[in-house]
Amino acid sequence: MSISLRQLDVQDKAIIISVTAPGEMGRRLRDMGLVPNTEIEIIGRAPLKDPVALRLRGFTLTLRNNEADHITVEKKEPSA
Amino acid sequence: MKTSHIAFAGNPNAGKTTLFNNVTGSRQHVGNYPGITVERKEGSLLFQGTQLNIIDLPGCYSLTAYTQEELVARQVLVEERPDLVVNVVDATKLERHLYLTVQFLELGIPVMLALNMMDDVRNKGMQIDLERLSQRLGCPAIGTVARSGEGKQQLLEQITRSTATTTEGWQPLHISYGPDIDPVLEEMETLISTSSFLTDRYPARWVAIKYLEGDEEIQQRGAELPEIAAQLESIVDTLREHCNKTLNSFPEAIIADYRYGFIHSLLRQGIVIHPAQVDRMDITDSMDRVLTHKILGPTLMMSLLYLMFQVTFTLGDYPLQLMEMLFSWLGDSVTALLPEGHLQSLIVSGVIDGIGGVLSFVPLIMIMFIMIAFLEDSGYMARVAYMMDKVFRTFGLHGSSVMPFIISGGIAGGCAVPGVMAARTLRSPREKLATILTAPFMPCGAKIPVFLLLIGAFFSEHRALIMFGITLTAWIMALLVARLLRSTLIRGESTPFVMELPPYRWPTLQGISIHTWERTWEYIKKAGTVILAISILLWVAMTFPGLTPAQQQFFDQQRLPLQSALEQAPAAPRAAQLNQQLRDIDQQQSMTALQHSAAGQLGTMLEPVSRLAGFNWRTNIALIGGVAAKEVIVSTLGTAYSLGEADSEETRTLVQRIRNDKDWNRASALSAILFVLLYAPCFVTIVVMARESSWQWACFALFFNTGIAFLLAILVYQIGIRL
Repeated sequence: MSISLRQLDVQDKAIIISVTAPGEMGRRLRDMGLVPNTEIEIIGRAPLKDPVALRLRGFTLTLRNNEADHITVEKKEPSA
Repeated sequence: MKTSHIAFAGNPNAGKTTLFNNVTGSRQHVGNYPGITVERKEGSLLFQGTQLNIIDLPGCYSLTAYTQEELVARQVLVEERPDLVVNVVDATKLERHLYLTVQFLELGIPVMLALNMMDDVRNKGMQIDLERLSQRLGCPAIGTVARSGEGKQQLLEQITRSTATTTEGWQPLHISYGPDIDPVLEEMETLISTSSFLTDRYPARWVAIKYLEGDEEIQQRGAELPEIAAQLESIVDTLREHCNKTLNSFPEAIIADYRYGFIHSLLRQGIVIHPAQVDRMDITDSMDRVLTHKILGPTLMMSLLYLMFQVTFTLGDYPLQLMEMLFSWLGDSVTALLPEGHLQSLIVSGVIDGIGGVLSFVPLIMIMFIMIAFLEDSGYMARVAYMMDKVFRTFGLHGSSVMPFIISGGIAGGCAVPGVMAARTLRSPREKLATILTAPFMPCGAKIPVFLLLIGAFFSEHRALIMFGITLTAWIMALLVARLLRSTLIRGESTPFVMELPPYRWPTLQGISIHTWERTWEYIKKAGTVILAISILLWVAMTFPGLTPAQQQFFDQQRLPLQSALEQAPAAPRAAQLNQQLRDIDQQQSMTALQHSAAGQLGTMLEPVSRLAGFNWRTNIALIGGVAAKEVIVSTLGTAYSLGEADSEETRTLVQRIRNDKDWNRASALSAILFVLLYAPCFVTIVVMARESSWQWACFALFFNTGIAFLLAILVYQIGIRL
């Protein structure tokens, strides 16, 4: 089931399905490695719930919620 | 002797500058790229008979044209054509860092990889097959640890080997971008090469890729050959439509996907071996649990910022006072040496006070930069931005704006000079400009004596409350004005907050000291020259045209009987009285001279207008002087209020004089406090603002801030006198 990255909770893991952000924002997201088929993990949220910190490709990245809205992901079910 | 030009390039946080510092040591030269505030760092060394001139390019994630850093990096590569690019990458994050490497290879410039942070690789139990990586990428790769200097020798040897064997011309790497893009790319490439479209600067395929990516800089250059450009644009448009319909994507997104795909498949073939069992909780994660915790995070941040602020200004106070003492001693000595007159006054009040004003900030700036360098290099600054972003974004600013505000006086007593300079950590141009323009609203240390004077005269029973109110007003005004500017003059989308949270590290001493010294020296050089000129200009305005001969004669005649009385050696009490009377005449004379000077005449001229806010001509002169430095306000008020009271036995303090002046009351005191808080930044700040943005914006702040301050002062005064 594909959902917006914003809807993920801390410690959720997911695979990026698509990044639909246009222009500069889209380019920044791609430059930082947010492209389809990338595995991400939400590792925290700022004290006011926004921005969100996520891990991908071995490093940590922060995103604002309105930027996360442009990223569709498929949530991975936690493996027991 | 052979000379080679080398460029160090890489992502921010790859350890590029640490490696650069380690390799070049102190043989560095720091300047600015023309017209922008991106630093240009160069260094050189002699290695095995070869002179290596190294340029440290600004850190960037990609070679697009969106940020100044990227544009600069690209420009240096294409225009200065260095013999070799040393691409510094963080070996623990190879996949993302190679994204830039691939773009260098596509450009065709000779590249070698410096896989930095190999110690972290070992600690994580990872293994990297450097030889195979080098084979697969077609460029040499050396493992380094920039912080300890490990691998430095091999790196330099490889640099000399690589530059010795470089073949003529660049050899671009060709990556397949899949069935949708490849045929179009080939078509464009043919068109570009046959028409020699921009090929004097860039490889044909690279120009084609940039057109597909919608690169503004290349499109602008292409506009010189409008026919070919139009053909290329139309090919791109067709492809864009095709991608949109069939793939629901854009060409540039597909290109990025394939680049990452290329890197992914390259690394999969046993080049990077991760440990079988990954220990997920590393030290950075554990620290972030606490340092960015919902409640603990902000609490610790506030305490740390407060502590840092206290340390800066407590520690900075001693050298500050020492400098002030030194310059006042220098002033006194020169006064004693030179005969009285304009030359003496120029050197003491114009030159020495001016230079002293600039240099006395130096210790403060150094301590502040040591702190900032520490916070930045340790990785904590990124967390501050992360935690504060939500609040500051509401006002069109950025999480990183918090630092400049606090240093400028967000906790009363700061200084806008280092505050504005601290805005450098912002990588978003619009947010940075808004921060620079509003940070000087904060109650800096030099404004505080003015507040204390006026509070002492009219609100002595509410000291703490008023001081707190002043700080609060400053924050509200800074944020509101930032919001106003961001929705009018500096309008534009907020810059995406796609930011890396680097792992926590201990900063290196070398890194911090080089960083601090560079910035301090830059301040001394730039501010020093301009400030000196302005200081002399202000001295002229407050000295000339001086007293008329008639006025001079008037004072001399008043002095004459007193002096002759003194010469007859009267009894001690009488002598003291006479001396006091002489001093009073001196004071009256300087007051008259000040009133008669250009600044004084301006103050008098402005009185009809300034009365709206409750300021008389004396206050006006002080406020005009305050544009030079806010410290001047109180001392100028002192001169302007030194009205002789020859018969009076008791000397009255400035507080008493102001309290008894019929022009001053609670309304005008409040209005003056508000005006001093918000009006034009001092000249040192303006010069620094111009350095960090442009002279236009610095001048804008001068008038805009004064305008806002004056309107609010009128409002407060007019309401105040009616209550």
